[in-house]
Amino acid sequence: MSDNAPFAPWDDPGATPLISYKSVTKEFGNFTAIDAIDLDIFAGEFFALLGPSGCGKTTLMRMLAGFEAPTAGQIVLAGQDLAGVPANQRPVNMMFQSYALFPHMNVWDNIAFGLRRDGLPKDQIAARVEDMLRLVQLQKFAKRKPDAISGGQRQRVALARSLAKAPKVLLLDEPLGALDKKLRQETQFELVDIQEKTGTTFMIVTHDQEEAMTVSTRIAVMDEGVIKQIDTPATLYEAPNSRYVADFVGDVNLIEGDWRGDALHWADGQAPLAVTSDAAPGQAWLALRPEKIAISKDKPDAANTVPGQVIDIAYLGNLSTYVVEIPGGQKIRAQATNARRLSRRDITWEDKVWLSWTATAGLVLTE
Amino acid sequence: MDGHRWFGVDRMKRIVLWPPYVWLLILFLLPFALVFKIALSDMAIAIPPYTPTFDLTDPGSWGATIAAFDFENFQWLLDDALYYTAYLSSLRIAFFSTVLALLIGYPMAYAMARAPVQWRPVLMMLVILPFWSSFLIRIYAWIGILSNEGFLNMVLGWVGIPPLAIINTNTAVYIGLVYAYLPFMILPIYASLDRLDPSLLEAAEDLGCSRAEAFWRITVPLSKAGILAGCFLVFIPVVGEYIVPSLLGGSNTLMIGKVLVEEFFNNRDWPVASAVAVVLLFVLVIPIVLFQRSAERGDSA
Repeated sequence: MSDNAPFAPWDDPGATPLISYKSVTKEFGNFTAIDAIDLDIFAGEFFALLGPSGCGKTTLMRMLAGFEAPTAGQIVLAGQDLAGVPANQRPVNMMFQSYALFPHMNVWDNIAFGLRRDGLPKDQIAARVEDMLRLVQLQKFAKRKPDAISGGQRQRVALARSLAKAPKVLLLDEPLGALDKKLRQETQFELVDIQEKTGTTFMIVTHDQEEAMTVSTRIAVMDEGVIKQIDTPATLYEAPNSRYVADFVGDVNLIEGDWRGDALHWADGQAPLAVTSDAAPGQAWLALRPEKIAISKDKPDAANTVPGQVIDIAYLGNLSTYVVEIPGGQKIRAQATNARRLSRRDITWEDKVWLSWTATAGLVLTE
Repeated sequence: MDGHRWFGVDRMKRIVLWPPYVWLLILFLLPFALVFKIALSDMAIAIPPYTPTFDLTDPGSWGATIAAFDFENFQWLLDDALYYTAYLSSLRIAFFSTVLALLIGYPMAYAMARAPVQWRPVLMMLVILPFWSSFLIRIYAWIGILSNEGFLNMVLGWVGIPPLAIINTNTAVYIGLVYAYLPFMILPIYASLDRLDPSLLEAAEDLGCSRAEAFWRITVPLSKAGILAGCFLVFIPVVGEYIVPSLLGGSNTLMIGKVLVEEFFNNRDWPVASAVAVVLLFVLVIPIVLFQRSAERGDSA
């Protein structure tokens, strides 16, 4: 593979995955947390498990760490079946949501903890800890206790501690949940940077789609114990396979209708909506991202035009979201970038407007 | 401005600070001064049973009274082996009772902290429940259990084991002490274990610890504050304990609380008894100060 080729081992049928979940099921009493999941993750990936709370994403990760055992199925890591291997003997380390830093040890000892358990010689431990401190830029704080540093620094200590043993896979459980928004965005890029520097395979659990999109090579969208779709962030956003995924990843308008192979018949007396799609005819939904809908006062010349009335405008600074009521009463969100200053824009509340989009802007979803 | 401060916050602060000091003065320092004064006196067959006493109507005689004080009672405590062996024996019994209470109390506190959440208030209640009945009655109950024809030997008889002679021995004293003071060990340890984040143990395992190793390296150090508090709460009162050794112990059970009571009521030697009490206080000041220190360190950490 040349340096310029995109990193996409999942498209290579000859590639061997580092981690394989083979029809893994986990039940807690009568509750099925994970329902026969198959999942392959490749070395060097930054893989995200995305879903609402209670969808089973954390359980899926904890089974790899060894804190839960699958009820059925098999988890294979680097060719080794993990069944019966206790947590402390798996080449996997985890960064906990609460960070789980040991409060009675200073930063240095926290990072050295795992290395000491391996019985490494003292000078090797010291060298490794210094490397880790440098990686997360915390050399100055080595002698501080966890309660004497900030939340962002604690997050980095937790990262350094879980990377110190150079695990084959690093598991991150909602790693940035406790940070404020600004710090979270900075840290997302730092994470990607560290992942590339160390070459470790990362697996992250998050409910924040923006976070998953920013950091990961591929995302698995989960719902109620099953994986709905596994794809790269761009594919997931542009080509979701279901209404659930389309709605969970980003903002979407869904127009229900009768799909007849070339157009969606959605309301009596309204022109059918032209879409390029090879979906099977039948009941279907047109999924349209707000930023792909244009809004204007005069009827434009476009493949699809729908009249409506502005009922709400959300001004977000760089862009505005218009909520437009179309015939039949459905409310459609259209987004426009605010390239002009506020006073120069002409669309306001109660205005009659036209929404328009091309035949390839939307997606026909049958699920 | 000055008037302002006089009636302002500073003055309020000073007033609020007074009650604890007044409390300490009236209920600790004054009684201690009285006991100390008696300890410097001599025994007398009189009311009160010591001499000299201050004649409050004649301040001129006070100088002579003070001149009559001496430390001969403290000297006596050193000369007679009974006293210092009783102190040492009390400290030894208190030490071993504390160790036993820790060995029994820690697993109980640990089990409580690991129990399902809905069970914990019930378990806590069960630990506190004995306090609802009188201490004296509970120790009397142990006489019924441990005595030669008691409940324990009855049960042993049913299963064909020869009876044990436990009552009036140090074994009975240890059983009584550990039983009576166990809640004081369990509660602070439970409080510290309850606060422990379970993900710390998962993190330790994740980083290569076995379960047992995670317990020694994480759980034990993080419950240290509770262990120390529990140990002092058991050790300090047990050193001066009187009821348990006098009800369950035998003639060879030597504890300073018992000696103190005997001096006061059997010998009516108030001065020597006071001297015993004063020395006991100083013996206990050492662990109390240590406890305070560790508690302060726990607060600042």
